[in-house]
Amino acid sequence: MPGMTTPIMHPPQTGGTIVLDDFFTRALVAGIGVALTAGPLGCFVVWRRMAYFGDTMAHSALLGVALSLFFQINLLVTVFGVAVAVSLLLLMLQRRQSLSADALLGILSHSALAIGLVLVAFMTWVRIDLIAFLFGDILAVTPGDIGLIWGGGVLVLAALVFLWRPLIASTVSEDVAEAEGMKPARARLFFMLLMALVIAIAMKIVGIMLITSLLIIPAATARRFSSSPEVMAVLASLIGALAVIGGLFGSLHYDTPSGPSIVVAALLLFILSLFPALGKNTAEKAGNQGVR
Amino acid sequence: MLMTDRALGAQSENRLVSLANAGLLRDGRWLVRGVDFSIRRGEVVTLIGPNGAGKSTTAKLAIGVLRPNEGAVERMQGLRIGYVPQKLAIDWTMPLSVRRLMRLTGPLSDAELAGALAATGIPHLVDAEVRHLSGGEFQRALLARAIARKPDLMVLDEPVQGVDFAGESALYELIREIRNSTGCGILMISHDLHMVMAGTDTVICLNGHVCCRGTPEVVSQSADYLKLFGGHSRSLAVYSHHHDHTHLPDGRVLHGDGSITDHCHPDDGHHHHEVHDHPHDHTHDHHQHGHAGHDHAHHAPAADRGNDRA
Repeated sequence: MPGMTTPIMHPPQTGGTIVLDDFFTRALVAGIGVALTAGPLGCFVVWRRMAYFGDTMAHSALLGVALSLFFQINLLVTVFGVAVAVSLLLLMLQRRQSLSADALLGILSHSALAIGLVLVAFMTWVRIDLIAFLFGDILAVTPGDIGLIWGGGVLVLAALVFLWRPLIASTVSEDVAEAEGMKPARARLFFMLLMALVIAIAMKIVGIMLITSLLIIPAATARRFSSSPEVMAVLASLIGALAVIGGLFGSLHYDTPSGPSIVVAALLLFILSLFPALGKNTAEKAGNQGVR
Repeated sequence: MLMTDRALGAQSENRLVSLANAGLLRDGRWLVRGVDFSIRRGEVVTLIGPNGAGKSTTAKLAIGVLRPNEGAVERMQGLRIGYVPQKLAIDWTMPLSVRRLMRLTGPLSDAELAGALAATGIPHLVDAEVRHLSGGEFQRALLARAIARKPDLMVLDEPVQGVDFAGESALYELIREIRNSTGCGILMISHDLHMVMAGTDTVICLNGHVCCRGTPEVVSQSADYLKLFGGHSRSLAVYSHHHDHTHLPDGRVLHGDGSITDHCHPDDGHHHHEVHDHPHDHTHDHHQHGHAGHDHAHHAPAADRGNDRA
């Protein structure tokens, strides 16, 4: 099938290969790239209480997959486009205030997912590995994917550094940010675009269903050890990378699916962080623990 | 021609912000309407009014957080604003020290940072986490942040809420000093005129619209002010028994002899004799009373607004 993008068809996973193969190194490099990018973005998702919002954008990615197949456009473009469209739609609906944001998110989130699944089912001529899209297939990343992940990641992080002060200011108070010339609306829009970009990039690694967890769990883990938003952002990146490394080795060792294994590893780190013995709030200690 | 332009330019430069017939419509209701005022360099303008009078809305119109549906708001080009909002809820998941809060919207040298915190009385809290501050301490931190920005215009929405009584007057004194030393304009919001009286140039009494304005002395004597703030409290009688009769906001009539016709509030009416006997005591009493229990004054203005909108 010409013009088809790479993630759609790939050789079936050969389970139980306990060798540090090329594909495994690629998975590590790709996963760490995604984790580093997701960390700071995930902090904003937590601070702004946008977990469900992120989930909705991620779920809409399946609709993007379906559109990519149907129109034979690059997957990244359609996933990004649909995520942006859904977030804009959500903003518009919220402004009307006919339903609570919570209910709107629930409607959009599951509808986007369902429409995606229905559309894919209609296209009887395409065979796709749904599980790979839903739960990720990090072991199938190509060198091109890695370039995309790291290139996109650098772009996202650079944009975040550039927008850092307005984003932090508007997270603390939209009104103060607006009054003091921080242009919070612009910051919010760019934040949404960055989220959509990260979702498009990360989809292949952890899958649609688990993207939000890679955003939120490392950030939540970093909270206890952080003395400032900046420290928390960096720690979230490092903890995310640690989860990717742990999850991938775990998946290799126990022959478990890679995406969920990464999430489980992140969860274990989070639970570990809850233990009081691990010290209090100081950034220095946190640094040691985060990197270990 | 050129000279006139320059003169005009200088004049408008002096004017930090001006509202002309500004109004804000939300869900078919005018939160405020027909608001006219301007703030010049070195001027302190205080908005007073009951809850829901549109004080915060008016302040937000002035600084551009809200855009008017009617009328116009003009701000000096490049106007630097320092804003202390009425409410600010920081999610506890965000680690934020006072030091970091001070640099929220712009860089700041350590000396400036320490100086502003010292001025508001919390130099020891520079490394404290914001979520661990008490209400009064947080308010001081917010004020310090606004001051440290060295703004052209400071907008302070109930800046001393939660601050202890001694601290309250000290902070008002500080705000006055800052105006004197930096020449910035100040737009302040307060529940009660008494506290801000000394430091204010112009008082604007709001209740959905501008009820009255002028120097604190003038406003505190005006019938409109008394209507809003004295509706159910004893000091109303103290002031207004000089008048022949006064129309209360809810349609009842207060007569010159202190009796109220067609009133429904059980607390009303039984103070009149005392009032005549000890007017000064009751003036004093009102200030404390009004300070601690704003709610007393709100029934009448709410009814008034209802009529306006109907």
